[in-house]
Amino acid sequence: MAKANYEVGKRTPEPSRLGADDTSATGVMDEEAPETANSETIHKEHEAVKEAQKSRFEEIGRDTLISLYHQMLLVRRFEEKSAEAYSSGKIGGFCHLYIGQEAVAIGAISAIRKDDYVLCSYREHAHAIAKGMTPESVMAELYGKAGGCSKGKGGSMHMFDQKVNFLGGHGIVGGQIPLATGVAFASKYKSTDQVTLCFFGEAAVNQGAFHESLNMAQLWKLPCIYICENNQYGMGTSLARAMSSQDISQKACAYDIASEFVDGMDVLAVREATLRAVERARKNYLPTLLEVRTYRFMGHSMSDPGNYRTRAEIERHQERDPLKLFTASLKEEGVLTDSDFQRIEAEVKEQVEKAVRFAEESPLPNEDELFTDIYANPIEPGKR
Amino acid sequence: MAVVTMREALNQALREEMLRDENVFLMGEEVAAYEGAYKVTKGLLAELGDKRVIDTPITELGFAGLGVGAAMAGLRPIVEFMTFNFSILATDQIINSAAKMLYMSGGQFKIPIVFRGPGGSAFQVSSQHSQAIESWFAYFPGLKVVMPSTPADAKGLLKSAIRDDDPVIFIEQERMYGNKGEVPDDIDFLVPLGVADVKREGKDATIVARSLMVPVALKAAEVLEKQGVSCEVIDPRTIRPLDIGTIIESVKKTNRVVVAEESHPFCGVGAEIASEITERAFDYLDAPVKRVSSADVPMPYAKNLEERAIPGVEQIVAAVREVAYL
Repeated sequence: MAKANYEVGKRTPEPSRLGADDTSATGVMDEEAPETANSETIHKEHEAVKEAQKSRFEEIGRDTLISLYHQMLLVRRFEEKSAEAYSSGKIGGFCHLYIGQEAVAIGAISAIRKDDYVLCSYREHAHAIAKGMTPESVMAELYGKAGGCSKGKGGSMHMFDQKVNFLGGHGIVGGQIPLATGVAFASKYKSTDQVTLCFFGEAAVNQGAFHESLNMAQLWKLPCIYICENNQYGMGTSLARAMSSQDISQKACAYDIASEFVDGMDVLAVREATLRAVERARKNYLPTLLEVRTYRFMGHSMSDPGNYRTRAEIERHQERDPLKLFTASLKEEGVLTDSDFQRIEAEVKEQVEKAVRFAEESPLPNEDELFTDIYANPIEPGKR
Repeated sequence: MAVVTMREALNQALREEMLRDENVFLMGEEVAAYEGAYKVTKGLLAELGDKRVIDTPITELGFAGLGVGAAMAGLRPIVEFMTFNFSILATDQIINSAAKMLYMSGGQFKIPIVFRGPGGSAFQVSSQHSQAIESWFAYFPGLKVVMPSTPADAKGLLKSAIRDDDPVIFIEQERMYGNKGEVPDDIDFLVPLGVADVKREGKDATIVARSLMVPVALKAAEVLEKQGVSCEVIDPRTIRPLDIGTIIESVKKTNRVVVAEESHPFCGVGAEIASEITERAFDYLDAPVKRVSSADVPMPYAKNLEERAIPGVEQIVAAVREVAYL
């Protein structure tokens, strides 16, 4: 496995390949598979990978492995249900689904504490649930109901929960990056050891907000971990059509920030890379940039025509479906049996159904709510 | 009560509030080592240290957003824009983040932040460095917008803004930093947000003026007094929320109104005030509400052109005479 390089400005050139299949570890499978020497070498490599995976699983522990799997399945089923509810008109506006990217949010957020902070873009249902928000409060928010986490005022793009330090869903591409930097600034100002995870898509890297934030984060040594979920498309525009230099992790060099390139289809690789970044942030108030290569199986939003990529391309990436890969590893290592998988599937089904029931039954926001929460200190003009 | 400049009054407010609450910190371009491009932050680094007084890179969007994030996590930032011209780069974070966070989070995340710095016309710095953009910010629910016209108001309003739990846009006037006035020494001297001040009482016409236009309107009122026209001068001080009640009371007394402002007329604050007066006190008006604004052009450099662009005493006098049918 490629080791993280902790020297400032250095990066790990190769993604972690453990737990993945033998396709290109970047997740891009258009390239030809590399020529292999002979069957003996392949066998040796395979054995080494298996050994490494075994010790890795032992280190993480059964409970965590099961919890990771449970959460990945939960957010997958949650999003499938959201798509269904959107199609039947129960959810309005924009609805950006996370299917295909689950390993990123679940892996990364499993590496932090409850009192750490998370900020995201508008594709944040999974992150919200991973951070400890109930599926009920997230689904009710999607339904625009009073029981939603933002009282029905935020919707799909603006999930918030102060109780678990989930600081939003933000709708302007890259807008959350300076905000997260400020949250990390506050942790350092108050001398706490809390860290901040900031999630954004690769298209946000072209925004000034990204560059301005990374500059300040390293200049002032802020405990912020920038997690670029490179799903290879900014809406319908591919990375190749939008970014002159597409090696995102290398952009950290411009700001002397440590960075890693991570296989975003491997939940454990994401978790491990985040753990390394968290240690740097918690102990030494240092930022990190993680480029996590992943792929979005669904459209940008529910109204995506999908005409910018082929079905074959999506199917190629689906071969490395993060849930499928993790399931295979868990089976291979004997962590979970078929009956365990069935039990978890049933539990998750019940959780999602409960969330939908809650959302259905939750009342609409009271119409008076239209005029609340505009000011924390409302002023009656003219009143001394 | 001591006589101090607007600059010193603002400095006192910053110092006192930072000493009072350690969650208050100040950041911006050249605020620390350089002691402020306009010396408003003089002495603060030496007294409060570099944890509390922070020089930023020239990165307005970045540090405005950083401030909003810090406010989400419990701090009370004061973000200085060297001038509000540069705040235009930061408007995404001011409008889409600061103004809307409380609402879209269902009341969970208040943003106690002050964005402050000089705005309005400056001296011969041409189009990009000399403009009034308060109407942009005043447009958005979620923001409060404050524009003081005297040293005492500047100090009392800034202290209120720092103690307020909402994002406040605090626009100082670049030409007024050296203006002097009496300022109370009491460290708990506050001027409440959202309360207009009657700067001069009168009975024949009302002049609503803010920021730089207040001293100009007061001079115009003196000229008009000699011509037998008694003017009331009202300074709203806070643009949002606007104390329209005080303006309406004055209109009911004088029946004639001039709104003086150094911003562009189109979609400006003056247009809003005129509209409010028409809706609330139409029957009391003896003449249409008259606006006196800057010329509807980008600010020129040449001194004679610049002088023509910004409203002066004569224009206000002429406008009052017009609404008085003199």
